[in-house]
Amino acid sequence: MRPSDTILFALSSLGSNRVRTFLMLLAMSIGVAAVVLLTGIGNGARLYIVDQFASLGTNLVIVIPGRADTASNTPATLVGETPRDLTLGDARALMRGDAVGRLTPIVIGELSIAYRGRERDIPLIGSTSPILDIHHLQLERGSFLPQEDMEIARPVCIIGAKVYRELFGQRNALGELVRISGFRCRVIGILGSEGRSLGLDTEELVIVPVAFAQMLLNTEGLFRVLIEAKDMESIERLKKHITTTIAKRHYGEDDVTIITQDSVLATFDKILAVLTLTVAGIAGISLVVAGILIMNVMLMAVAQRTAEIGLCKALGAGKMQIMVMIVSEALLLSTLGGILGLGIGFSGAWLAIQFYPTLQTTPPVWAIAAAMGTAMGTGCIFSLLPARRAANLDPIQALARH
Amino acid sequence: MIELQHVSRIFHVGGQEVRAMDNISLTITPGEYVSIMGPSGSGKSTLLNTLGLLDTPDSGHYLLEGQDVTSLSDAQLAQVRSQKIGFIFQFFHLVPRLSAQQNIELPLMLAGVGRKERATRSLPLLTAFGLETRRHHRPDELSGGQRQRVAIARAVIHQPTVLLADEPTGNLDRHSSGDIINLLEQLNQDGLTLVIVTHDPEVGNRARRRIRVVDGTIDSDLKP
Repeated sequence: MRPSDTILFALSSLGSNRVRTFLMLLAMSIGVAAVVLLTGIGNGARLYIVDQFASLGTNLVIVIPGRADTASNTPATLVGETPRDLTLGDARALMRGDAVGRLTPIVIGELSIAYRGRERDIPLIGSTSPILDIHHLQLERGSFLPQEDMEIARPVCIIGAKVYRELFGQRNALGELVRISGFRCRVIGILGSEGRSLGLDTEELVIVPVAFAQMLLNTEGLFRVLIEAKDMESIERLKKHITTTIAKRHYGEDDVTIITQDSVLATFDKILAVLTLTVAGIAGISLVVAGILIMNVMLMAVAQRTAEIGLCKALGAGKMQIMVMIVSEALLLSTLGGILGLGIGFSGAWLAIQFYPTLQTTPPVWAIAAAMGTAMGTGCIFSLLPARRAANLDPIQALARH
Repeated sequence: MIELQHVSRIFHVGGQEVRAMDNISLTITPGEYVSIMGPSGSGKSTLLNTLGLLDTPDSGHYLLEGQDVTSLSDAQLAQVRSQKIGFIFQFFHLVPRLSAQQNIELPLMLAGVGRKERATRSLPLLTAFGLETRRHHRPDELSGGQRQRVAIARAVIHQPTVLLADEPTGNLDRHSSGDIINLLEQLNQDGLTLVIVTHDPEVGNRARRRIRVVDGTIDSDLKP
């Protein structure tokens, strides 16, 4: 039998039982669509996080107080215990290095801000003027933190757009005095409404000079120090500079954790890739289920078409030929189902992008190949048993049924 | 030339031995018109299935055109069937989803013959069998007689040397029966060996050579 005839014969068989064909196509396409869509979402999440990190600049080095002895590159170090604080003095010392571009210390806390009887809780960031560029913040009105010594606790603040709306409504806020935790503080700038940096909503932020924040929060310690290397090549030099400087100041103990964007990015990338693979594996199970369905339906089809198979044998079809006929029917079915599933999956991914553009739901190429491969593989493997049964039919008995 | 030499076929049914063919020897020369008759269970279908290579004897030898086919493998038997044997069944056994023409072309399709070549061989048959206007119809749109004509066309499209018919008129009315037998006799007159298994004496007695099978043995063999 020629391949084209085999396909035509299989198609006519599939066409003669539309409900059965439809159900099998549905099962197969749902399986493939699930793989495509879930890996798409996983991949989208990965791209999103990678993108977020990249927007921070890849030559950024983060210094965190405390030493994580194991797995120093994991995000777990973000919540490490602190034996010795990282202070403004440390930050000043770190500034003296030829690999250092910009540097900004950060203190964060949760405090209340009040203006004429209106009060709300806000995440407070204490920092210095370079944070504007390092964190890609946007100033909508007024001015940012003054470029002056980081130890000056000038009582000024820059407030987020939402904080501004809630405290001032339509009124002018620049130059007004607000109370942060009871301390008077002058509003000198308002942040733009777009942007979200590593989970912090800039609309709700209040930024004050780092020394002022330390006073408000009653702490000496810094949350972290962000340092931009002069360029990508000087990152290693910068890391060495940080370790030696801190060790010198902390009585020989190098008790800080240095995180580079590259390492964090690589870790997240790895975690999310594994996650995507896991999700794809779970979706793959639905494909195997679809394969078992194909086997059952093909067994039924063989039983229904016993006479026809007997006839083909009487007309000179060998065992191999009968097997090829049955397997190619299942293969055709799973391929069509797979293509249909790819269509559904990609439409779903497209819809997801329309509704939630932040998450670029794009299925990776390997997922498409894997889904189609699994679909066709299961179709082929699970039709072997029905095919064998058909091939071994005794033509005399098969023809006796009519 | 068909030659059975001391052929036996034994079935075991419920612990009992049933001799469907018991030491049968039979020679059918090319172009013969043979009917095989006998009561139900006498072994005439087994004899026909053996002649058609659907069943293999337990003992004895079967020579088809001089070739001993008794010990051929499954694939080799399929190959011989596809070249030398044409089958006609009581229940037609047409593939319901294929058109009349496609049904006729099925043996060629299975043998890997191309579409054009198939058409050049099936179209003259469709015309000769009065089916040219029905060639795109499916079996359920054809009358019983037309269906059997499609089945006969299918049985001869690959130009077999012998045509085996199992109760070819068993499912047809008297008028169609006559039609079909005439058609088969026409094919026989054109040189095709014809073997018909039938219950119907009216059909069986038209054959030039009449074999009667009882209990797996040849009871009588009337030659002209």
